[in-house]
Amino acid sequence: MWPGQAVYPSRTLRIEPAQSWQGLNVRELWRYRELLYFFVWRDIKVRYKQTVLGGLWAIIQPVAATLLFTVVFGRLGGLSKQVNGSYALFVYIGLSLWTFYANAVSLAANSLVGSSHLIAKVYFPRLLIPLASILSGLVDFAVAFAFLLVLMVVYRVPPAPQIVVLPFFVLGTMVVAAGAGVLFSALIVSYRDFRYVITFVVQLWLYATPVLYTIDIIPARWRFLYAINPMVGMVAGFRASVLGGPFPLDVVLVSIVSTMLLLAVGLRYFTAVERRFADVI
Amino acid sequence: MSSNAIAIAGVSKRYTIGVAARTANFRESLAAMVIEPWKRLRRLGGQTSAATDFWALRDVTFDVAVGDVIGIIGPNGAGKSTLLKILSRITPPTLGHIDLNGRVSSLLEVGTGFHPELTGRENIFLNGAILGMLRSEIQRKFDAIVAFAELEQFIDTPVKHYSSGMYVRLAFSVAAHLDPEILIIDEVLSVGDLHFRNRCLGRMRDIRDEGRTVLFVSHDLTSVRQLCNRAVLLIGGSVAATGTPDAITRHYEQMNRDPQSTSGGMAERTNPPPHYHLRRVELRNASGAVTRQFDAGDVMEIHLWSSGRAPENSFTAEFRLLNDSDEPISFGAANPVRATYYTADQQHFVCRLGPLPLTEGAYLFNFTVRVWNQVRWDFWERAIGFEIQRCDLFNTGHGVSNVHDGDFVIQQEWLAGDD
Repeated sequence: MWPGQAVYPSRTLRIEPAQSWQGLNVRELWRYRELLYFFVWRDIKVRYKQTVLGGLWAIIQPVAATLLFTVVFGRLGGLSKQVNGSYALFVYIGLSLWTFYANAVSLAANSLVGSSHLIAKVYFPRLLIPLASILSGLVDFAVAFAFLLVLMVVYRVPPAPQIVVLPFFVLGTMVVAAGAGVLFSALIVSYRDFRYVITFVVQLWLYATPVLYTIDIIPARWRFLYAINPMVGMVAGFRASVLGGPFPLDVVLVSIVSTMLLLAVGLRYFTAVERRFADVI
Repeated sequence: MSSNAIAIAGVSKRYTIGVAARTANFRESLAAMVIEPWKRLRRLGGQTSAATDFWALRDVTFDVAVGDVIGIIGPNGAGKSTLLKILSRITPPTLGHIDLNGRVSSLLEVGTGFHPELTGRENIFLNGAILGMLRSEIQRKFDAIVAFAELEQFIDTPVKHYSSGMYVRLAFSVAAHLDPEILIIDEVLSVGDLHFRNRCLGRMRDIRDEGRTVLFVSHDLTSVRQLCNRAVLLIGGSVAATGTPDAITRHYEQMNRDPQSTSGGMAERTNPPPHYHLRRVELRNASGAVTRQFDAGDVMEIHLWSSGRAPENSFTAEFRLLNDSDEPISFGAANPVRATYYTADQQHFVCRLGPLPLTEGAYLFNFTVRVWNQVRWDFWERAIGFEIQRCDLFNTGHGVSNVHDGDFVIQQEWLAGDD
């Protein structure tokens, strides 16, 4: 009898060759939840160290983009005519969520290669790394959202009652970011080419999403196809819950389905290759 | 539960190495930038080119009993690190499997995940979590970790302002407070100063004495002998030998000293300096046979030959005897130890040495020629090694080895006292 035996019930762990279908080990993820918390905490702590403006950047980013797009698309492009009320507010609402999404996907996609040292030295579920990148963006989003509430006061826009479903679209955006981020992070480990791909995918994705325009400009018969882009439902739903107005339920439902598909594809690919990471990173 | 803490069964690991990159000139590099992507795309399409397989481990099988402290040794590229990575679940085996019975901690380095911008306090929590500790556990051990690292004053300073010594101390302190049943550890001990190394070794001894299972990979044969109760020698990805640390480390040392043969007591200088130098050495036993194997009490004759006429008269030849930790343990010289002066024409020197009072183990000679107290003309480092196979100077039937009992046996008598 030795001291450790009584305290920790022993369990047997078998280390085997990698199978192509590993499946998602939810129990293990749950066991490592504290490490996820520490990764998120670290990312948040480190993000604005040695910056002068610190958390203000969470507002500056979407505000600057809003100004730019308001001038380019609103004034010069004439998109503002389709929007009731302030086009700037309309764009800022979309951009606050979109900025969160775009940052989350880019950070998650590059997170694994950025943690190559950890991956080469310690075991833990690799999924924690991209997931932490996504969760740590929530703080910035909270700041940007607080500023949105300020803008609503300034523009005298009262919140609609359906604002209660708003958290659902934030959560949904995180799931989309998780699906795409996890998929790209694993791809980038093997093929660094996707670092360049992700940059312009995110840029183009903005224009395929109703951030700068309303979904009403998409003809009704194409809307079903359009909503296969999962961010369409999230942004449209998010904006509708802030501003009120008719709720785009059809678009949201299609996007929920494609979100789940994207997440499944991302997780499937990630779990199939994650045990190889240390060898190829 | 079986009595094995670790059971390694037929583990092999294959790496696929791409075609080695050839250094090209700028024009070729530019051309390759355009052409290579297409080649790589074709390869992705299933047309594998001359990619070669490399087996880092081949059919490694051994068990580690509960409470064993096992040392893995072997030359660079023997597969030690690969085995560690598989045991730590960082990379999967290609074939075979490993069963681990108990809570495992693996330490491939200390301070993994330390972030320079975070304070000592914050890094303790982060690093602890990465090593698998729970937050409550870290909180409980926090004061002990800080005290062990002797960093109470600096614990709220970002670690980027730490000296490298402070950094390593903090990192080791976190690792030292892990509480595993099975500890898998790489040469973490090779960092830091002597004082720190000794503390690491002390901590390892504690872990051993608590009856935990330790698998320890090291280049430092002395610590393997001091800490382990079993050793495994890996060569070329396979287990070459398992046994007691004394036997395995000595076997390995003998191999290292003498890649070609372990019997011939002769060495020729490889890459000699262009000027005057020693070119050849032979070790002979009492009957004149050239050998590397001696027993304690034997007389050894060292024969040295130089490359030609010496630059000056009245010079001396010297030896330094090193033990298996490469520490000099004895010195001898034609003069001033003995009043022998060689003339410039002398090209063959003989030193009759002994009876040898050495304990069982491996030893090594360095040789020097010069005029005493002046600049040396030639220094032949690690010229030749030899082995004391048997040390039983008092015919008691008990051998004395240099692992635990020092390098020498001194003449002694044991008597009963008067009262």
